[in-house]
Amino acid sequence: MGETVIRVENIAKQYRLGITGTGSLAHDLNRWWHTIRGNEDPYLRIGDVNDRTKSGTSDYVWALQDISFDVKRGEVLGIVGRNGAGKSTLLKILSRTTAPSRGKVKIRGRIASLLEVGTGFHPELSGRDNIFLNGSILGMTAREIRRKFDEIVDFAGVERYIDTPVKRYSSGMYVRLAFAVAAHLEPEILVVDEVLAVGDVEFQNKCLGKMREVSTREGRTVLFVSHNMAAVNTLCDKAILLKYGRLTTMGTATDIVSHYMNDLKQEVPLMYHAPESKSGAAIVFDKVFVSNANGTPVGEYALEEQVSINLEISNRSWNRDFSIGISINDTNERRVLIDQKLITCSADDKRIQCRISLPPALLTPNTYTIDLAIEKIGAEVMDFLKNAIKFEILKTNTKYEYLSYDYGLINKACSWEVQPHRV
Amino acid sequence: MKRLTLQENTVSALTDPPKREHWDLILEPKVAVFDLQLREVWRYRDLLWLFVRRDFVAQYRQTVLGFLWHVIQPLLTTLMFLLVFGRIANIPTDGVEPALLFYMAGITVWNYFSTCLTGTSTVFVTNAAIFGKVYFPRLVLPLSVALSNIIRFGIQFALLLGFMIYFAFNGHPIHISWSWLGIPLLVVLMAGLALGLGIIISAMTTKYRDLAVLMTFAIQLAMYATPVAYPLSFLKHRSYIWIININPMTSIVEAFRYILFGKGTFDLSALAYSLGFAIVSLIIGIVIFNKVEKTFMDTV
Repeated sequence: MGETVIRVENIAKQYRLGITGTGSLAHDLNRWWHTIRGNEDPYLRIGDVNDRTKSGTSDYVWALQDISFDVKRGEVLGIVGRNGAGKSTLLKILSRTTAPSRGKVKIRGRIASLLEVGTGFHPELSGRDNIFLNGSILGMTAREIRRKFDEIVDFAGVERYIDTPVKRYSSGMYVRLAFAVAAHLEPEILVVDEVLAVGDVEFQNKCLGKMREVSTREGRTVLFVSHNMAAVNTLCDKAILLKYGRLTTMGTATDIVSHYMNDLKQEVPLMYHAPESKSGAAIVFDKVFVSNANGTPVGEYALEEQVSINLEISNRSWNRDFSIGISINDTNERRVLIDQKLITCSADDKRIQCRISLPPALLTPNTYTIDLAIEKIGAEVMDFLKNAIKFEILKTNTKYEYLSYDYGLINKACSWEVQPHRV
Repeated sequence: MKRLTLQENTVSALTDPPKREHWDLILEPKVAVFDLQLREVWRYRDLLWLFVRRDFVAQYRQTVLGFLWHVIQPLLTTLMFLLVFGRIANIPTDGVEPALLFYMAGITVWNYFSTCLTGTSTVFVTNAAIFGKVYFPRLVLPLSVALSNIIRFGIQFALLLGFMIYFAFNGHPIHISWSWLGIPLLVVLMAGLALGLGIIISAMTTKYRDLAVLMTFAIQLAMYATPVAYPLSFLKHRSYIWIININPMTSIVEAFRYILFGKGTFDLSALAYSLGFAIVSLIIGIVIFNKVEKTFMDTV
């Protein structure tokens, strides 16, 4: 591989929580007082690790801490992590929309970021004007844009509308035009956020294809942030994993993706018990677990084995009609199936037990997580559990054992009619 | 494939031969106080021009009169001043005849300054959406405000000239002299003043919006502290004239009318004061701007 084009050295970024008001003014004055006396910023020393689910003790959090890594020319680096792990903050620093609180980033070559398509599009301006405006915002010179103008219009397929204000465009046309401009950017380093999350499948594939082309054919460096593990896997050579604002692992994309997946799975328990904080709520899921045909809680199942999901609900309200919804998701956060059931109980029933049995031999080997919701009919959601529990379907001794990674969703055999011919 | 860990990475960084490293760009928390990165602004000059175009083209899109609005607005203001200050309050116009020209000249100059100042002072907040997504030299936007307003000034000035020519045929000849060359200098002076003050205000409003609230009516009030609707000579010997004199716009408005009509107060030392004021506010503006520029996205 070539020379290092990005070197990140001990980057840290601190944010202040809460609203801006007199309190923050007092902090600002204190900070200023410290700096003029030549002391270190007093608030840079404090701050919690950025776990947004737990309430912290400080008004300051570290969105990023001690991040260091190198990127070589022509590499495609994936940045992986859960929501709130600091991915976007890192991208913001790399794309220069904000500065780090500590540390340095050194960059060789022209860097352009694509955190959003269509930045700076003005609805009143025509497609033509917007191509120039957006292109220049992204760092192209007018000459470059003029040279590529026909190509951009062609790529977007909006030739007929090019002199119409973009507010008249269909949303599809708008996004296509915006992406067309971005796709014709020629920086040495490209920083891409989850642009791929918008648009239809065709458009997403187009984006992925373009990015692959940029990196392999033209040898440019790409930094790519995504929740789409399949995309990271196919697109990136290397990846880094962020967790609560720290860089935990760095390695090949395949390794990191499986690491990340394992992390996610490990955090989902086999059995769910309602936490103390919910003990006063009107209607809650008390206990959730997966069991086999005998009702024994088990985490792993053979392919043909019966899988049942058991719920215990406690009802402290006067309501008698509920709707329970269940969603089963695979490791890629792909929703496999959903189902719901209306239940009615009498006023004296304080506990409700439910047993939901999946159709036999339905799912392919994978690890599945379960989301659950309970709501008053036509009213608000009373309790919602995301990734409440997990279970795994094993591939040992099945036809899947020797197949590649993704088995699809449904475990059904097709009927084959094979007719060999001799001619 | 070999697994690359953090440690190995650091080791390779340490064992690399110690050559002189060249980096195109270093991002770090602190910046040089006066580094304006003008070279980068120059590289983005196309963008500057496109922003000017955007402001200009988009403003009166989908209006029937379109471009004419640039003319109608100052014209109506002038007529209103003529009625209120000229006819009702009977304030003299320093001997500028007809009075319409006196008011129109004042309004043309004041409009440039006030639109520049409001434009630059809200530039961070109104463009936060763009700033948050992509980097370009932040200075481009305030500069584009100053530039697009120069075009508006040009239009209003042309309107003023039109009226002067019209009145020239009706017995009020125009005095054209070399001093007219001073007009562009006055515009540059005002641009500097508006940019400096505007940037200071905009840098402060990113975190604390109090000033933005103040600004909207402060500019209206400031107009009355500037000899736009009355001549400076009208206030001679009044005890409160110092308020008007410390206003850096006073000498500019007066000088503008002096150049055009040969009447009014032309005071070089007052102009020097305005120049000094503009330079100081520009310097302060630049320093604050450089501090705020890099992190304002976190506080906006």
